Amino acid sequence: MTLPTPGHPGRPPSAAPVVVVTGVSRYLAAHVAARLAADPAVGRVIGMDAADPPAEYAPLLEQVELIGADLRTAGPAIAELGAEVVAHLAVLTAPDSRSGGRAAMKEQNVIGTMQLLAACQQAPRLRKLVVRSSTAAYGASFRDPAVFTEETEPRQVPRGGFARDILDIEGYVRGFRRRRPDVSATVLRLAPLIGSQADTTLTRYFAMPVVPTVLGRDPRLQFVHVDDALEVLHRSIVEDHPGTFNVAGAGVLTLSQAIRRAGRIPLPVVEPGLSAVASLAKSIGRRGFGLDQVDLFVHGRVVDTSALTREYGFTPRSTAAAFDDFLRGHRLGAPASPDRLAAAESAVLAAIRQVRATVGKDREPAAQSTAGSPARDTGWQATEGAP
Amino acid sequence: MTFPDGGQQTAPGVPGTAGTSPNGRATGRPAPPSAARPSPAPAVADQPGDVWDQRVARVLAFLRRRLSGQYEVDEFGFDRELTDAVFHPVLRLLYRDWFRTEVFGAEHLPASGPGLVVGNHSGTIAVDALMLSVAVHDEHPAHRYLRLLGADFVFRMPFISELARKSGGTVACNPDAERLLRAGELVGVFPEGFKGVGKRYTERYRLQRFGRGGFVSAALRTGTPIVPVAIVGAEEIYPLIGDIKPLARLLGLPYFPVTPTFPWLGPLGAIPLPSKWLIEFCEPIDTRPYLDSADDPLVVFNLADQVRETIQQTLHRLLERRPDPFGP
Repeated sequence: MTLPTPGHPGRPPSAAPVVVVTGVSRYLAAHVAARLAADPAVGRVIGMDAADPPAEYAPLLEQVELIGADLRTAGPAIAELGAEVVAHLAVLTAPDSRSGGRAAMKEQNVIGTMQLLAACQQAPRLRKLVVRSSTAAYGASFRDPAVFTEETEPRQVPRGGFARDILDIEGYVRGFRRRRPDVSATVLRLAPLIGSQADTTLTRYFAMPVVPTVLGRDPRLQFVHVDDALEVLHRSIVEDHPGTFNVAGAGVLTLSQAIRRAGRIPLPVVEPGLSAVASLAKSIGRRGFGLDQVDLFVHGRVVDTSALTREYGFTPRSTAAAFDDFLRGHRLGAPASPDRLAAAESAVLAAIRQVRATVGKDREPAAQSTAGSPARDTGWQATEGAP
Repeated sequence: MTFPDGGQQTAPGVPGTAGTSPNGRATGRPAPPSAARPSPAPAVADQPGDVWDQRVARVLAFLRRRLSGQYEVDEFGFDRELTDAVFHPVLRLLYRDWFRTEVFGAEHLPASGPGLVVGNHSGTIAVDALMLSVAVHDEHPAHRYLRLLGADFVFRMPFISELARKSGGTVACNPDAERLLRAGELVGVFPEGFKGVGKRYTERYRLQRFGRGGFVSAALRTGTPIVPVAIVGAEEIYPLIGDIKPLARLLGLPYFPVTPTFPWLGPLGAIPLPSKWLIEFCEPIDTRPYLDSADDPLVVFNLADQVRETIQQTLHRLLERRPDPFGP
């Protein structure tokens, strides 16, 4: 694959560009970096993260040069390395109690992005910026349209910390686009990630045997398969796709439907109660359940992906297919799995047949003596069947 | 999937399953289990027994699909299977037996492709919208679904919001309306909004203001024909004689209705009065000549006015045909 020529005669793109990927201690960035390193069209792949990647990613990151730099100190590094592409994936979706909770999350998401973009603005060889954003950018309001296109503006500032961070991050990217119009900037608004191996907030949620939901709400959800998200990220880095794109699997699953498909048992909680649970979870530092999730479970979130399909010529697998793949990968002893339901159904049908056979045998003499009975049956059926 | 006997399919099927189990326990007793309803059990090899077998099997299959989540929901949250099997059969009881609805001009609904159905709104609670969706589904030869646009207030309320989405509704806003129309759906809208449903009984069948005409611009942008529809009968179901404003403010409602039966009779006051309903679809208004005037306030206003006038005149005509609101 060759890189398309951007329109800057002064700075010809090198045949094998230098790519900087931030946040490689986490799943998404580590996999993106690994794929880039395996792509012959890409020269050096530099993984940047303040934390050391966990040991399980070591084989993935063999070909990746790692720099243990904080985003806030990344400035000089990006210019020195002569980075041509920066893929900013160090965006935390949920506070992590082990590394400082919400304060650290905001520090990394907002301040980190600000510092990184300031550094990118100073990097003379930079041609391309790819930023991981989220469909949380659309906020959550009761007046929202059912389906968000990239042009939809959030109607009110969201309550969740992650969604607020996303709005800030996209604000910084808008500023960057104004100041460096020569750099092609791609913002990818990813739907919640799901996949057979991925460990995300939502996969942990659906792995619980009893899952809390909001009473009286059945939000429409959309997911994107991790592999498809990786594909789109990879193409954004090696090809040129400036703009903002929703990345999600087409179609919709309602939360109740997803819970049923996963064979879980929903536990409806009144909304204020759930918000209280969320703040409690926050105070005890439990990961992955916050106001972001409460908002998602009240309002749901569905995006239009036609722009992605048009621009990339790539269609992520549908939400239902992505969810199925997740279920296949996380087979846990489901209390109410489809197989068991099917078994129950045939058991009931068999029982009915058996009961009728026994009753019928006992009845046969009686039925012959009362000749009126079948006629009455058919008569009732006829009136019943009439529309 | 379709249920050929639509309304009757689920309801009798469930008692059918229940009717078999007492039989199972009463194996030794030859007496019929109940005189009121013949049990499916006596006719083992007979035709009716097979019908019941199929019904029970169908209900079980339906329950299995529902419980295992093996059904489709569109991006607006419309659950066609649930609408066919549960919502429409329930509404049809009201539509047919309680309100004795008569429909005229169903041929004016587009056979295929998009259409914007614009109606008058009344009746304290938006029962008219639900009846209109049954009328469209049952009277249209292709049994099309009417995708209703509702106030954001509807989507604020728990349970109600989900019922609205599952039955095909969405928030009344231009992006949603245009998206549905571009997808070739029949969209139902009531431009009067709360001014229409919440008006006093003394103002019955007098159309209220039509807002900013957002529905007209949605139709113009998508080149969709507008089908005005007049609904007679909804005004009498809960005659609104008063509005307790402080209570409405307290509960966050647009109005707190006082009818001859509500709140005096408590939950009984929620039973609609059995008025006679007439629904007439008027001749469609072609919007293609104005395709590029969606932003021209004058064109939008004139078209909205034309729709309003058409509905008002049709209402007067229908009222003459129905001298007694509670007649047969």
